[in-house]
Amino acid sequence: MSAPGVASVGSASGETRAVGGAFATRLAPALVVALSVAAFLGLWQFVVKAGLIAEQDLPAMTTTFSELWTMMHTREFWTAFGQTVRGWALGLGIATALAVPTGILLGSSQFAQRAFRIPVEFLRPIPSAALIPLLFLTLGTTLQSEVFLATFGAFWPLLVQTIYGVRDVDPVALDTARSFGVGRFERLYRIKLPSSVPYIATGLRISSAVALILAFTAELFMGTPGLGHIMNVAESFGLTVQVYALALATGFLGLAIYVLFAALERRALRWHPSQRAEAP
Amino acid sequence: MSRRAYQSTAIAAELAVPLAILAAWQWWTVQAADPKFPRLSTILVEFRELWLFSQFELHVVPSLIRIGAGFGIAVVVGIVLGIPLGLSRWARIAAMPHIEWWRAMPPPALLPISVILLNSIENRQKIAFIAFFCLFPILLNTIDGVRGIDPATFETAQSYGVRGFERIRRVVLPAALPQIFAGMRTSLSLAVIMMVLTEYFSSTSGVGYVLLISKNTLQLAPMWAAIVLIGLLGYLLNLLLILVERRMLAWHRGWRAATAQ
Repeated sequence: MSAPGVASVGSASGETRAVGGAFATRLAPALVVALSVAAFLGLWQFVVKAGLIAEQDLPAMTTTFSELWTMMHTREFWTAFGQTVRGWALGLGIATALAVPTGILLGSSQFAQRAFRIPVEFLRPIPSAALIPLLFLTLGTTLQSEVFLATFGAFWPLLVQTIYGVRDVDPVALDTARSFGVGRFERLYRIKLPSSVPYIATGLRISSAVALILAFTAELFMGTPGLGHIMNVAESFGLTVQVYALALATGFLGLAIYVLFAALERRALRWHPSQRAEAP
Repeated sequence: MSRRAYQSTAIAAELAVPLAILAAWQWWTVQAADPKFPRLSTILVEFRELWLFSQFELHVVPSLIRIGAGFGIAVVVGIVLGIPLGLSRWARIAAMPHIEWWRAMPPPALLPISVILLNSIENRQKIAFIAFFCLFPILLNTIDGVRGIDPATFETAQSYGVRGFERIRRVVLPAALPQIFAGMRTSLSLAVIMMVLTEYFSSTSGVGYVLLISKNTLQLAPMWAAIVLIGLLGYLLNLLLILVERRMLAWHRGWRAATAQ
């Protein structure tokens, strides 16, 4: 009987502490963040209006945001936005479908990993941007080149993270399963895969950003339809305000993807707080 | 299989697989006879003629200068900004939205803006662009490294009267250095990518410019040679940084080995 009473007293005092602490832990930081963002936007407006930077080089903050607002009421903007998201999603999806099984395979077998060490080490650092002219000449200005580029870029971080994840399985858990007669596939499915999920989630966060960068790069350089393409057109017509507004839109898209995948990563890590290290 | 037999098979596989891939590439390109995919041997000949060393000074040196300057600026600015941000919670809270925004921004989206804003397609624009995007991994890792310092280290330093700049130089910087190097490795591979992007977008020299020109003139062999060079450049620069890291962090690994015993 006394236990719930103690618990309720504890929670009551906890609440008063939470109210007192809410200002320091939640409200004040939120205020600082809001002020800091406002200060940046104000500074942007000021340097342009005061003539420190010419308006044709940097449009005022208000001009850029209202241009973005106008754009958001046009069908072309949302078509391009959707095309960029499509290239990103296909690239990330295919990269995941390829990299996770390959990573599990290479991570589970030390022999396979050694056999493919040199090709992986040499292919991984090749900047995907170097492949743009080649794709332009082979696949042309198509969705395939955009998806190929995004897939190629997103593949490597995911592969490396998956390999590290599978290799970092608790050996005691594996031995325990083995001594209980758990089969090879069941060990993979029940032990290796779940314990490498946090690593894969980190890989997904990195790869989701890379895939967006490369989808956009394909559009900007090869003319594949999407936000990058309309930015290139706007730049060649000298529509500076549009270029800035499109960069803002792309930034918001990047931020949304980052927030989404960082949240996913936190969820994946929650049940396994010991494995927070990002593989080098 | 005995352990020794296994080891030698593993080493053989480690060498055989890459060689098999190269042989398959050569065989396939000979079979296909597609001008878009020149033979491996053609690429290697082209590679030697272009980069060893007739065009080295003309195009490789400018690219290396841009990578070096951009990366160097990013290291200095990243550490100088990262240490106070790591030490002060409020500064961090105020700066974080800006850091998160700019690092989530896809770099190519700022390429046209960098040209417009800086009125330049020369080194000024290229180095600024490379430095800007190389900054974030170093900055974030410096912040994390400084935050991760054991409070007891600070207390010890305080009780010995180590404060001010001396505290930063002797306590904070060495303790955060391993993590700063982790950020530098990410940044250096970014620097190569940013170099290719800026030069491919608009330039008059550099490895990225060679890519652009060979695309425009439909010369596939120099294009492949440039791709191989860029891959090699990324690999070698990373190797160089690892060597520097080993030298500078020798005390760190030694210390860890000593405590592990």
